[in-house]
Amino acid sequence: MSDTVILVENLGKKYVIGHQQRLPYNTMRESMVRGAKSFGRNLLKPFGQKVPNPAYEEFWALKDVSFEIKQGDRVGIIGRNGAGKSTVLKILSRITEPTTGRISIKGRVASLLEVGTGFHPELTGRENIYLNGAILGMSRTEIKKKFDEIVAFAEVEKFLDTPVKRYSSGMYVRLAFAVAAHLEPEILLVDEVLAVGDVGFQKKCIGKMEDVGRDGRTVLFVSHSMNTMTSLCNRGILLESGTLCSDTSAEEASRIYLNKAFSVARGTPLSQRRDRSGSGKVRAYSFRILNEEGREEVSLESGKDYYFEIGYHNHTGIIIKDVVVSLDIYDERDIIVFLLRTNFTNSNLELKADRGQIVCRIKNLPLTNGLYRFSIFISDADREILDYIEDAASVSIEAGDFFGTGSPGLPSHCKILAKAEWSTS
Amino acid sequence: MTYEDKTELIIEAGRTEKQYWKDLWRYRELFYFLAWRDIVVRYKQTAIGIAWALIRPFLTMVVFTVVFGKLAKLPSEGVPYPILVFAAMLPWQFFANALSECSNSLIGNANLISKVYFPRLIVPGSAVIVSFVDFLVSGIILLALMAWYNFVPDWRIITLPLFILIAFGAAMGAGLWLAALNVKYRDFRYIVPFIVQFGLYISPVGFSSSIVPEQWRMIYSLNPMVGVIDGFRWAILGGKVELDWPKFILSLALVALLFASGVWYFRKTERTFADVI
Repeated sequence: MSDTVILVENLGKKYVIGHQQRLPYNTMRESMVRGAKSFGRNLLKPFGQKVPNPAYEEFWALKDVSFEIKQGDRVGIIGRNGAGKSTVLKILSRITEPTTGRISIKGRVASLLEVGTGFHPELTGRENIYLNGAILGMSRTEIKKKFDEIVAFAEVEKFLDTPVKRYSSGMYVRLAFAVAAHLEPEILLVDEVLAVGDVGFQKKCIGKMEDVGRDGRTVLFVSHSMNTMTSLCNRGILLESGTLCSDTSAEEASRIYLNKAFSVARGTPLSQRRDRSGSGKVRAYSFRILNEEGREEVSLESGKDYYFEIGYHNHTGIIIKDVVVSLDIYDERDIIVFLLRTNFTNSNLELKADRGQIVCRIKNLPLTNGLYRFSIFISDADREILDYIEDAASVSIEAGDFFGTGSPGLPSHCKILAKAEWSTS
Repeated sequence: MTYEDKTELIIEAGRTEKQYWKDLWRYRELFYFLAWRDIVVRYKQTAIGIAWALIRPFLTMVVFTVVFGKLAKLPSEGVPYPILVFAAMLPWQFFANALSECSNSLIGNANLISKVYFPRLIVPGSAVIVSFVDFLVSGIILLALMAWYNFVPDWRIITLPLFILIAFGAAMGAGLWLAALNVKYRDFRYIVPFIVQFGLYISPVGFSSSIVPEQWRMIYSLNPMVGVIDGFRWAILGGKVELDWPKFILSLALVALLFASGVWYFRKTERTFADVI
C-alpha cells in the first residue's frame, strides 16, 4: 500500500508582478509601447545587456520544492501567508502551470479550492448540484446516483427547487460542500474550505474527510488551523516563503510552525516584514503596547489597562474613511482567543492622508499568563483588505491581579478571565 | 466518467499534454452543462422567455426588408425579399452572437478558471453551443416564412449542415482568438461589439452579394462570412442563386485557417489564464 502517488521534483513557480499597476491585466497599448521600446533598444544596442524593467519584478512563489506522497497519506500543508501553500495546490490540480520542475501523479485527482465554485445564484439547488458536480468532474449518471445522498448530507431537502440566491449562507455552504464531498477521487486536494459553516457542519466535514483517509485514499490539506491539521493528518509539510522547510509528522510540523510564528513575531521589525497580504495602500509599520503612563511594555500583566498602538503609512495620499482595524490575538496553540475589531463597537476609523497612529485601548486585560501573538488586519470597509500581517507581534502576559484578590486564575485550564458575582439563595 | 486508466499524469512547464484531448472527451458533459446553465439563466425572471430568441431576428428582418428591399429597391434574385434576408440573417446572427458570447466567456467564468481544472476550450465551446441553440430557434422563423410565401427549397437544402459547420468554424476560430486575447487585454471587450456592428454592413446580410461590383468580389470574399452567407443562400434559395466556387473555396480556406490558428493560439495561452485573469 505504500507506493508513491505524487512525486514532486524541484517545483518552482514564478510570477511577474507589476509595481504601479492599477489593473491586474494589461492593456494593449502598454504592451505595444513596451514592445516598441525593447525593439528600439535591441536595435540600438543589439549586444547590450537586457535592461530589467523596473515596473515589473519577478517573484518566486515556490522555489525548488520536492516531496513524495504515498498512497493513503493524509498530508497537511502549512505555512504562513504567502508561503506558497495554495500555489502548490493550484499546480497539483493543474489550474496553473509550474515554471520549473516536474510532478507525476497516479490516480484520479479532485481538488476543492473553494466551496461552491461555479454555483449560479439564479439556479435552484437541484440544478446547481448537477452543474457543480459536472464542473468538479462527475458525470451525470454519477451525480444521479449520489443525488439523494448529497441532499441528505446538506440537509436542504425542502429547498431543492429554490434558487440558491435565496439560501442562507449556511445552507449554501452545506450544499456546496456536500457536492464536493461526494466526489470519489483517489487523491483529494483541499484548501481551507472548512473555515466556513457552523460548528456542527464543520465536524461533519472533517468526519467525511477522515472517512476518505480511512479508505486508503490520499488527502492533501492546506490549512491554517493547526488543530484541524493535526487531528486530520498524519504528515505535515511546512512551507516557508516558497521553499520546503520541513516534512515530518503533523504534530512536529505544527510545533515547528508555532515556534517559528513566535520567533517571527519577536524577531523582525514590522516595517521590514514582507509576508503580508492586502492591497498595500496602507501599511502598518510599527506596533507598540503602552501602559497607562504611555511607556512601552514588552510583557503585560493580566488585569491592567493598555494601549495598543499601530503606526501606519497611508500611501494613497487621501483620507480614507470607514476603515476596519482588527487585532487578532492567538494563544500558544494557535487558537484565536479574541478579536479586537472596530466594527464590533461601531468605531471604524478615519485614516489621515499620510501617516499616523491607530490606538486601541483595552481595560482590565482579561488574559491569563502565557505567550500570545497578534495579527493586524486593516481594511477599507468591506471593499478591500489594505494590509494583513499575521504574527505581527508576540507578547508574554504575566499573572496579574485581574480579580483584585491576588488570584491569577488557572492559566493551564483557561485563557480568559471574567469577573462574576456569586451568591446563594 | 470512469477513471480506470492508471496512467501517470505528468505536470511540467510548457508541456502540451497529450492528456488534453483525452480530458476534453472526458469532460464532454461539461459542454452541455455550461450551455444549459447559460440558456436557463438567460430566461429566468423574464416574462416571455425564449420568445426573445424569435422576436429579435424577426424585427431585424422586417427592418432590413423595408430598408433594402422596399426603399433602396435592391435586386431580390427572384425570391421573396424577406426570405433572401432571413437566409443570410440566420448565419450572421449565429456568427455575431457566438463571437460576442465566446469572447466574453472566459472573463465571465473567471471564478471557474482560477479555481477548478478542466480543459479551458470547453468554456468558449459551450458559448458557441448556446448561440447554436438560438440559431435553431430562429430557424423556425425561416420555416414560417417559407410556408407563408409558399416557397419550396430544392435538393440543395440537404447541404445546409455543411454550411452550418463552416459558420461554426468561423465563429469558433475568431471567438477563440478574441477570448484568449480578452483575458490578457481587456481592450477586446470594446473591439468585439465594433466588429459585430461593422461586420453586419460589410457582409451581404441585407442584400445579395451580386450587387458588389465584379472587380471587388475577390477582395470581398476575404471576409469569411461572405462565403458562409452565400453558401446558406445557395442551399436555401435553390437554383435562383449561383455560388461562385473559387471565391467560396477561398472563404472556406480562410475559415479553416482562422479555426486552426484560433485553437493553436488558445492552447498556447491557455496555461497562463489562471495567472492573468
